[in-house]
Parts: sequence; C-alpha cells; structure tokens
Amino acid sequence: MATEQAAENYTVEDLVALNPYNPDILNDLEKFVNEQVSSQTYNLDANLSLLRLYQFEPERMSIQIVARILIKALMAMPAPDFSLCLFLIPEHVQMEEQFKTLIVLSHYLETARFRQFWDEAAKNRHILEVVPGFEQAIQSYAIHVLSLTYQKVPRPVLAEAINIEGLALDKFLEYHAANAGWVIEKGGQSQVIVLPRNEFNHPELKKNTADTVPFEHVTRIFPVLS
Amino acid sequence: MAAPYDREDGLAPAPPQHAPDAYDPNYVPDSVKTFVVHLYRHIRDKNVYEIHQMYEGGFQRLSDRLFRDAPWPSAEAVAPYCDGDHVFLLLYRELWYRHAHARLSPLTAAHRAESWTNYCDLFSVVLHGVVNMQLPNQWLWDMVDEFVYQFQSFCQYRAKLKNKTEDELQQLKQFDKAWNVYGVLNYLQALVEKSMITQILEREKEGLEQFTATDGYDYEGGSNVLKVLGYYSMIGLLRIHCLLGDYHTGLKCLAPIDLNQQGVYTIVIGSHISTIYHYGFANLMMRRYVDATREFNKILLYILKYKQYHQKSPQYDQILKKNEQMYALLAICLSLCPQNKLIDENVSSQLKEKYNDKMTKMQRYDDEAYAAYDELFSYACPKFITPSPPVLDQPLTNYNQDAYRLQLKLFLYEVKQQQLLSGIRSYLKLYSTITIGKLAQYMEVDEATLKSILMTYKHKMHAVDSDGKIVSSADFDFYIVEDIIHVVESKPTKSHGDYFLRQILKFEEMMGELEKVQLD
Repeated sequence: MATEQAAENYTVEDLVALNPYNPDILNDLEKFVNEQVSSQTYNLDANLSLLRLYQFEPERMSIQIVARILIKALMAMPAPDFSLCLFLIPEHVQMEEQFKTLIVLSHYLETARFRQFWDEAAKNRHILEVVPGFEQAIQSYAIHVLSLTYQKVPRPVLAEAINIEGLALDKFLEYHAANAGWVIEKGGQSQVIVLPRNEFNHPELKKNTADTVPFEHVTRIFPVLS
Repeated sequence: MAAPYDREDGLAPAPPQHAPDAYDPNYVPDSVKTFVVHLYRHIRDKNVYEIHQMYEGGFQRLSDRLFRDAPWPSAEAVAPYCDGDHVFLLLYRELWYRHAHARLSPLTAAHRAESWTNYCDLFSVVLHGVVNMQLPNQWLWDMVDEFVYQFQSFCQYRAKLKNKTEDELQQLKQFDKAWNVYGVLNYLQALVEKSMITQILEREKEGLEQFTATDGYDYEGGSNVLKVLGYYSMIGLLRIHCLLGDYHTGLKCLAPIDLNQQGVYTIVIGSHISTIYHYGFANLMMRRYVDATREFNKILLYILKYKQYHQKSPQYDQILKKNEQMYALLAICLSLCPQNKLIDENVSSQLKEKYNDKMTKMQRYDDEAYAAYDELFSYACPKFITPSPPVLDQPLTNYNQDAYRLQLKLFLYEVKQQQLLSGIRSYLKLYSTITIGKLAQYMEVDEATLKSILMTYKHKMHAVDSDGKIVSSADFDFYIVEDIIHVVESKPTKSHGDYFLRQILKFEEMMGELEKVQLD
C-alpha cells in the first residue's frame, strides 16, 4: 500500500490505530507533528508512535521534529508526557544543546519553580517560539498547580507563577473573574485571589467519595446475588 | 539467567550415554519415541489434561534425565513418530528451542535465528486459522512469554559486540532479519487482532459470550489456540513496551483486560505475575503510585498464600525472583508516596523484614537515600533493550546497558525532584496550621523555595489517570490561605463497604465448600 494513497483515505490517527508498528507511516507522523504545532492540537499517541519508529531506526530521526514533540509535551503538563517522551529518546541525543535546555525547563516546571522557569524560557525564546500557544499552556499549568495548593493566593504569587504583571494582570484577573469563577479580594498588603473550590484545595469535599464502594468491587458479588 | 558456567560445576554430571560432545541429533531414545507418540495422540484427541501432564511433567523429567546439557533429538528424527505432522513438528521445535535457550551455552545466532523462523511459521499457521487444537493455557502462555524472552535475549546478545569473534559477527550479518522488532511487534499485534479478543472481552461484559468462565477453552469442538494466544499477546505487548521504555503504550495494550475482575490472566501464575509486575512498573514510571501499590499488594499477598503449591513447578525460581523484585518496587512506591492503608498486614511485615533499613534511608535527603533508590531500581527493573540492530562497520562497543542506564537516570531524576517532599511530610504532620514564614525557618529554606516545595508536593501527589482525570494520591493533605498552611488531618477511613463485600464472598465460598462435603 503506497503511503501517499493511504494518507488520502485515512487520517493519521487512523493509520496509527490501524497499524502502530509500521515504518511506512513515519513521514506521515512527522507531518502530523507539524500540523499539531500549527493547528494548536495535540496527540500523544501519534507522537509516541513516531518516537518509537525513531527508536527502531535511529538513522531516520529528525532532531527538529523531536524538539517539537518535546515542547508539545511540556505544554501538556501536569500530564507526565515529557518524561514519557524522554524514556524513548537515546541518551546521546538528549545531550543536544536545545534538549538540555528543554530538560531544564521541564525540571523547573516539575518542581514548581516558576520564576526560574520564565527567566530560562525568556533566554531561549528562539527554541520555544516555533510552537504557538506555549506561554498560555504553561500559564494554565501554573494555575492548575496553584489551585491544587491555594484557597486564596496573594497577587504577587500568582503574578510570578504566570509571568504577568501590572495592567496585563488586571485584565487577566478580570477575564478569569468573569469566566472562571475567580473572586478578587482586598488583602492585607496586596490583592488576594480566591480560587474556585475543588476537592484538592478543599480536601473536605473529597471525604464523601472515600466511603463509597466503587462499582467494580460490587460487581464481584454479582454471581452470589444472582 | 544463571551464568553458563554454573551448570558445569560437576554436581550434576551428564548421563554417560549422552555426553555433550557425543550429541547425535538423529538418535531418538525409546523414552522420547514414547513421549512423542503419546503427546501427538493426546493433541489429536484434544485431551487437554493429558497434554498438560506431559508438557509440564514429562518434558521436564526427560530433559532432566537425558538432556541436561544436550539438545533434544532433531525434529526430523522424531517426525516418523508423529506421521510427520507439520503443526506438531512446529510445536516440537518450539519446545526444542526453548529447552536449548534454557540449557545450552553458548547459544549461536544461528540457533536464535532458527527459533525465530519457527515462531514465525507457528504463528502464521495459527493466524491463518487452520489450527484445530486445544492446548493447555500454560503452554500457550509460555509460547508468548518465551517469544518475548528470546527477543529480549537476542537484543542483549547482539548488543554485546566487544568480544564477538569474526564468526559470530558474520552470523549476525547473515541473520540480520531475525527477531526484527517490527516483526516481533506485528506478530503479537496480529494475534490480538485476528483473535478478535478485544471484541470477545467486550461481548463478554454484555453477557453475549463466554471466555473467562471457560478459562478460554472451547467446549464446542473449536480451538482455543488463536483466542488465548491473542489474549496473552496483549500481556506480551505490555512487556515489550516496558522493555522499550514505552509505558503509556504498554498500558494501552493491556487496557482490554480488566484487572478488577477475575480473568484468564490469573489462571497461569506466570502470566498473572508478569501482568502485574509490568503493569505496576509502568504505573510507577508514570507516577501513578497508588495504582502500582494497590496491584503489587494484591499479587504479593496472592503469592504469599499460594506459592507453596508451586514448589515443584519449573517456574518456581522465577516466581520467587519476581516476588522479591516486586517487594523492591513496592518499597520504592511507598517511599515516594506513602499509602500504608493500602497494604495488607502480611505484605507489610514481609516488606519490613526485607526493606525496612532501605526504606528508612530512602526517606532522607542525601546520597545514601539516592543510592538506595538506585540499588532497588536496578535490582527490580525489567531488562531494557535497544531494539535497533547494531552498526557493524563502526568500532565495536557494547551497548547492551544503554537502555537500562537511560531509564535509571530518568527515574533518579524523578526521585531527585521529589526528595524534599518527605521533609515536608514530617514537618506538616506536627501542625494543624503554620505560616509559610515559620515553616521556612524550621526547614532552613527561604520562603520562595518553600512555596515551590509545597506546590511540588501537590503536583507530584496528583496523578493524571488514563482518562486525563486528576486523582490525588496524597496520604495527607493541606491547603494554603494567603500565607497560612492548613493541614488536613487524614483520618483512616474505614471502608465498611469493602469489608462487607469481602465477607459476603468468603461466606459464599464456605457455603460452596460445605455443600461439597458428603456425609455417609
């Protein structure tokens, strides 16, 4: 089956589902990575399939494509996608300068050191700006971590985490107050943002679920009941 | 596997009539003739019980008695005793090469390549649906397991280039198509697809089909071979993907099997252990510690209860080895993410006995802690492989450790990111509320660093599950209001529901036992 022909009739997702271990779809998968970059979409399964093909045939590896996959994976945080990709990339390839940078960036994000992250990201704009939506994606990750941790977060802490200050931050807050249920309060020294309640920053919300029995466990006694 | 030299320590001399150098592939001793004749007849009669007896018992006994360090007679030599049956001879060769892999050394690339060809032929016959046999689950599992093992073993073999002779290198070139990674994956994938096992399991959930209830056997005159091979291939794929470091894809391959239910994977202990070991390891690497811990606990408890029944099994050593490795992995999981309420008392006391010191070390933040993680991981991890063929025109080096070193390095990286978290745990357990400033002082870090540590704790203790949902795996929890940390005391929740469910099942089992009792 000629690849071009196949690509006309099937989407890349179909190709991966149809035969995940097919060296002929390598080019399609590479194109698909670029498509994910330009259309701001994401498909981990397809990208892992591509990294796997590179792993089987290292001579066909494209450093540029790998870099794009890794940046996309960073944007998927808090999911562990970045590590999942690194597990498949040979160590000597990870020694490439731009990959070392991405690994450092991932480390800062994993350890919630947002100040360092944004500083480092600013120094490496040329690597990151290839992928549109990068900053927003990291900002949502930062907000995710903050809402796991804080009920009320001081404005400077938020500002540092998402790297937005002053008027831009006012606008940002206004938007989230209108759309995401944030409440802005006057605090002691600065503004305080009340983040939406969830079971992680209000652990008492979780209590109820802990005492229920999952359905799968109940199914075990079905034979007895019938 | 034991080093090849271990076998020649003189404790078990080879039977005199068959010294290794005197091996004649065409000589068929009487006991082998009888073995082949009977096995062939039982396979034709679809007598699963007898096949199983001969496969598990007879084959081992004959191997121990006659073929300690020599191969079995060649397939050609035994052909007259089974009417030259093509499929039977494929099965015979499968046993032949498996025996050779376990007992012969050095095993040549030619041997390995021939075994690969035999698997290709065997699986092709099965895939084309012309097989009408009923084989024991144990054998079918061993086929898949051995297929993956030989692939892994071949990858390791060809990656050790340094001390290869000219002849060996020549063979590697000659057999460069053998155990090709695409071929290996595609055979397993084809078995999964052709067997329609995913659909069968789906239909079973709706009560439209029986698979688990019959242990995968077909009692209506059909064959169980394709179906069950397809089923076990999902586990084979999980294992291969773990060997390649692709944990996400591995777990996806296993997804059709519901680990919360009784399943065919639990019938053969080797399959049960392999499934849970790789499932747990993949989850550990994906930071889903709770899932890993839960399943490790279940299987370790199971082994503790039932291992005595397997003492005579040829897999007994393997069972014990995997048992030890899983305790090591459990020690890692619990050190990174304490979940003591998930652990059964018996497992817990075993774990303490084996790893108490190490686990105390792993709570610290120093090189020794780091070394303990390194040691346990290296001991318990799968034998990672580099799947690409060697480049033979470059200076020859060994690269068989590369894959392992990479996984170890990335794992230790994760450990490093989490090492400050156990400090946070022990401090916060002492307070119900404390300011960030004060805690930073106690922990001797600045406030910014402490905030990062607190957020890291939250991030690392929340896994993303397979549906993309965030699930907490924190043993204790806190939240921050402006600059005050509120610690939430975690009361051990008593799960009455689960308790009652267990008792209902126990009671039912007891009633079943009682009904079986016959009073004269």
